[in-house]
Formats: sequence, C-alpha cells, structure tokens
Amino acid sequence: MSDGKNPDGIVGRGNREGADLFRDWFDQLDKTAKNKGPSAYVFVMGSIAEILRVFDLPLVFPEINSLQTAVRRVAHEYLGQAEDYGYSPDICGYVKADVALQIRGGDHPMGMIPKPTLAVITNACNTYIKWAEIWERMFHAPVFTIDIPGTRQAGQSFLPGDSDFERDRRYVQAQLNELIDLCQQLTGLSFDIDRFREILHHTNRMNIAWKQVIEFNRNHPSVFNALTDGTIYLGVSNGLRGNPEASLFFEKLREEMEYKASKGIGTLVDEKYRLVFVGVPCYPIFRRFNELFTEWGGTFVNSTYLWFASGGANRGFEYDLNRPLESLAEGLLLSVRDAMDSMFHHNLALEEIIDEYDVDGIVFHPIKSCRTVSTGLADGRRALMEARDIPSLFIESDMMDRRVVSEAQMKNRIDAFFEGLASRKQREALAG
Amino acid sequence: MAYAAGVDVGSTQTKAVIVDEHGRIISRALIDTGANVVKAAENAYQTCLDNGNLREEEVEYVIGTGYGRYRVTFGNTQITEISCHARGAVNMFPHTRTVLDMGGQDTKAIRVNANGDVLDFCMNDKCAAGTGRFLGAASAALEIPLDDLGPTALKAERPVRISTTCTVFAESEVLSWLGKGKKIEDILLGVHQSIASRSIGLLRRVGIDEQITFTGGVAKNVGMVKALEQNLGLNLNVSPESHFMGALGAALFALDHILASRAPLGAREEHA
Repeated sequence: MSDGKNPDGIVGRGNREGADLFRDWFDQLDKTAKNKGPSAYVFVMGSIAEILRVFDLPLVFPEINSLQTAVRRVAHEYLGQAEDYGYSPDICGYVKADVALQIRGGDHPMGMIPKPTLAVITNACNTYIKWAEIWERMFHAPVFTIDIPGTRQAGQSFLPGDSDFERDRRYVQAQLNELIDLCQQLTGLSFDIDRFREILHHTNRMNIAWKQVIEFNRNHPSVFNALTDGTIYLGVSNGLRGNPEASLFFEKLREEMEYKASKGIGTLVDEKYRLVFVGVPCYPIFRRFNELFTEWGGTFVNSTYLWFASGGANRGFEYDLNRPLESLAEGLLLSVRDAMDSMFHHNLALEEIIDEYDVDGIVFHPIKSCRTVSTGLADGRRALMEARDIPSLFIESDMMDRRVVSEAQMKNRIDAFFEGLASRKQREALAG
Repeated sequence: MAYAAGVDVGSTQTKAVIVDEHGRIISRALIDTGANVVKAAENAYQTCLDNGNLREEEVEYVIGTGYGRYRVTFGNTQITEISCHARGAVNMFPHTRTVLDMGGQDTKAIRVNANGDVLDFCMNDKCAAGTGRFLGAASAALEIPLDDLGPTALKAERPVRISTTCTVFAESEVLSWLGKGKKIEDILLGVHQSIASRSIGLLRRVGIDEQITFTGGVAKNVGMVKALEQNLGLNLNVSPESHFMGALGAALFALDHILASRAPLGAREEHA
C-alpha cells in the first residue's frame, strides 16, 4: 500500500519483512540439513551468536523450533511421540517436541533441521543443561556450557566498574576463549577478529534499534503488540542476531514505529487498556489467546518475554569494538543476568514499567511445563500487588500442550478481569 | 415498575432471577441445564416470568451469566459469573469481602470491595476435584441422593481421610473405604473435608478477608458448610438464595443499566 496514510506500506512492514526473514532462516537450515552441513544448537538466553557466526555455523534455536510446532498446531503430534518414547507429560514441552523432532530425523513443519555439530548453552535455564545432554547422547555432539554468574538478589546488581563485576567478566571471558578454541577445532577455521568485530557491530545496531522500538510503546496508542508482533521481532532478533539483515530490519522497524507514533496509529482502533504480559505466550492458541484481550480493547504494551527471550537484547547493550571479546563477556554477563533476573524479581522491573508505559493491568501467565519462568510468578504477583495498586490476572495454561489449554475457562477469567478493569476505570473517572 | 432479569446458565443447573427497581427479588426459577443450553436458558427465564406473573415485555433488561451466558440468546448482554456472584453476595451480605462459589464443576474464590467490585479471583483449573462434581461421584458410589449427603455427613464421628485429588478416582477410594467396613457417614464427612480443603486453598490464594459468603448450589449442603467453617475456624454467610446468587448479581447489573438509562444526562455516568 502506498497512500497518504501508509507511505510505501510502512505500517505493517516489520511484520511482513520479519516473517520473510524468519522463513528465509528456516529455508537456510533446511538446505544445511539436506547437505548434512554443520550447525550450532543454541538457546535464546545467551546464544553467543557473535562467536559462532565467525565460524560460519548456522544457528539452530530448538526453543523456536518447538514453539513453531505449537503455532502450526502440530505440537501434540510431537509431544505424543516423545511421551510414547518415555517422557513424562510434566517434562518441558519444548524439550519433548525437540526429542520427537530428532527421532523424526529433523523433520519440522518449516523444513528439515540440521543435526548439531555442537551445542552451546548457558545456565540461564536449568533445563538447557539436561536438554543438551540428550543431543550429547544422540549425536555425540560436544556441549559447551557457559556459566553466567547471576546476582539473583533483589535490588543487587553488579555493574561495570565494580570489582565483583570485573571478576565475573573475566570468568565469562575465559569461557568464551575456550569456546573459540573448540570452534576452531571443530570447523578447522581460525578465529577472525575483524569479522567478529563486524558481527558485533551488526548486533550493536540491532540492540540500539530494538531498545528504541520497545520504548516507542510508551506512546498512546501503543505502536506494536508486545505479545503477537513482539514474538515476530524476537524471532528475527534471535535467529539473525549479528547479521546485517537483522540490524537493517530493526532500524527499519524503528522507523515504522516512529512513523506510527507520530501519526497516532495504534495496534487497536480503540485502545482502552494497556497491559503487560508476564511469562511465555500460549502458543497452541496463539492468535486466539491475544484476541481474548483485544476484543475488550486490551493490548500488550510490554512483556517480560521480550526481555528474557531476547537474551536481554532489550537492554540495548553496545559492544565496544576496541576490546571485542572483553566487551562480549560484559554484554553476556549483563544481558543474560538481566534475562534471568526478569524471571526472579520481575516485580521490581514491572513497577517501573507500570509508570513508564502507563499500564492498566498485568497479566501473569504461568505455564505447566516451564518451572523456570513459572515458579515465583504467584509470589512476584503478591509482592507487586502489595507495592502497587494495579489490577492483575493470573491464568494458567501451557506454551506447547493443548491438553492443558482450555479456551472456555481462559475466556471466563479474562472477561472477569476486564469487567473489573472497566468498573475501576469508571470509578476513577467519577472520582475525577 | 421496572423489572430486570439475570439468567445464570451453569454446567448443571440454570437459574433465573427477576428483581424490581428496588433490587428486591420478585421471582426465581431453577431447572436442570441438560444438553440444550439455549432451551435451558429460555425455559428458566419463562418459568421465572410465570412464577412472578410477569410478561416478557415488562422486563426491560436481561443479562446472561454462567458458562452458557452467550447462549442466553434473548439477553441484552453478558457478564461473567465471577462478577455476578460478587455483586449478588455483597448485595445480600454487605460486609462480604470474600466469596466462595461452589458449583457443579467449578469453584471460585473471589475477593471483593464494599461496592462488590472484584479485586481478585481464583478458580479450579482443568479438574473438578473440590467442586460439586466430587460430591456427585460420592453420591453415585454410595447410592445416596445428593440432598442427603450433607445431613448424613453431619452424623460422622470418625471421618476417613480421602487422599485422592481426582474426582474419578475418588469413587474408587470411597468404595475401598466401604470395603474396609467404614461407616457411610464417616466416609461422607471425609469427602466433604477433602473438598473443603481444596476450596480453602483457592481462598488462600486470593487472601481470606472476613466476611466470607458461600454461594452456589453446594452452599445448600449443610455438611459442606460445616466442613468449611471448621477448617476455616469462622462462620460463613450462607443465604437461602445462595443458589441464585449469580443470577441475582446479573439481575442487579441489569437494573443498573435500566436506572442509568433513565437518569438525567448529567447523572448517567453515576449509574453506568
């Protein structure tokens, strides 16, 4: 579309181009799998993409593969296969979908997925470690674990300049050096520091733009839906991190959001309630789940998912290209720690978001199969409610398993939440 | 005189209430929901009109509530039973700050303010343990009518402990206690205590503020009331209209709408 309201089709461009880039990424993985090429299995909370790209290792994000089976409504087939193999219904749905994917030889609804040459994990999620063991056993792929020292203490965050931070950074950097050695051994390629700088430069561009995109949602009306649109952006930020395509995508996305903000173009015609989403989305009914909120005029202006599922890229951290490895260690420490902390003391960050984004309500969505993100949500919610007079909704389902997703029950709770919000707004209006 | 109606289509039973413009209950009706939800809503409403000697055109506004609220095809709008039970309970017992609604297949704990606004709520998830269905399973296993369960349980001296959390397995557990020669009343009190324990868990999740009003069909069960009161260590508000609390709340919301539409323009917001 190219008219006065949407010059060059700028509105909606991010979603279109994001979907195209995402598809291209999976097409590349399909080619790699068919050519039996190498790949690195990585996770969203600290992918170390910048080092792995120097060695031309295509990145596979098993978490994204798995959630895509749910979005494409075939997750139950994968989960059932893993359960037939012996996995309990209570095990992480992402792990089980991946196990079934591997049993199927990499067959995924978006194409073939290559086998791992190596797996790189952080300790941001304890399941990562058990998950990687499966590949180690199946494929004899080396697993490289990067131990990120987390603070995990409310209000305590060591920052660059602190002696504790410096010790932690050296510890992380030493591990990155070991990873470089391993990659050199596995690929036969030398570590090219200039290429590494170039990749970091692209990540910098992406991080800066990504942070600004998120901040544009302070606008009234909000310019993107943190749950639905945000998930498309997350796919690009993870899968293409460090690539020029990703940095360009986010810069153009920033331009789109700036345009929408300047023209007052929101995600809804009538934005009545500004919400924050806490947890992992309900992928088995992803679109419908969001509609249960938008039908009431509710939209998600921010989400903890945008923080931890981007590996902390939302912080907008800029790597210092003059000391690239040291700076990567610094950024990894800050961003992965931030991703972890967004799950441990989310109420502290939410308190700031409530004011900055003029939030009407918080939606907590604990899920059956992920203890890491769900444990503590009830506690965090209580803490938030004690600190702030903000309505919140607590609904439980899953990110993969449709057996524990009941739309009727969910709708009932969501409707009741909005009835309460409407009543509150009415009283506030009357009180002046 | 203006009349407003609420129709609460629940999983087991459908209730209808008509109130006058002072919010007084004029008529009520209760029927089994059955398989045809639309018909159940229509029948309950028609019965309610008949019971009140009212004609349909005399009722200005109708609100559907309950799981079948969108099947109240003749209604003007829908409101969840969570909001409606809160409204009904606070109307009936103005000092209510917590509502426990126990129905056929779900139990809700609702925290409210003095206006009847819902502050927080919590429901059983994907499982009917701790709901009226659990009592239904015990009734079937022991071959005792539902209405007799409560009075029978009150005769218990040494209640058994029902450990399962699954309604389906509860039936097997009840039978196993029978096989061990336990008295029916002791088994029944065990069943009631098990449900009470799960319901109190929901109450704790929203926070227990006095007064607590017990609503829904199961509130008619004296054994359940006693088991809850003993476990909580406090008395519950229980109305003879407990079964109709959702429909009453819906009718009161409908009345708000009528009064707001009648108010002078400047004052409408106060009733909206």
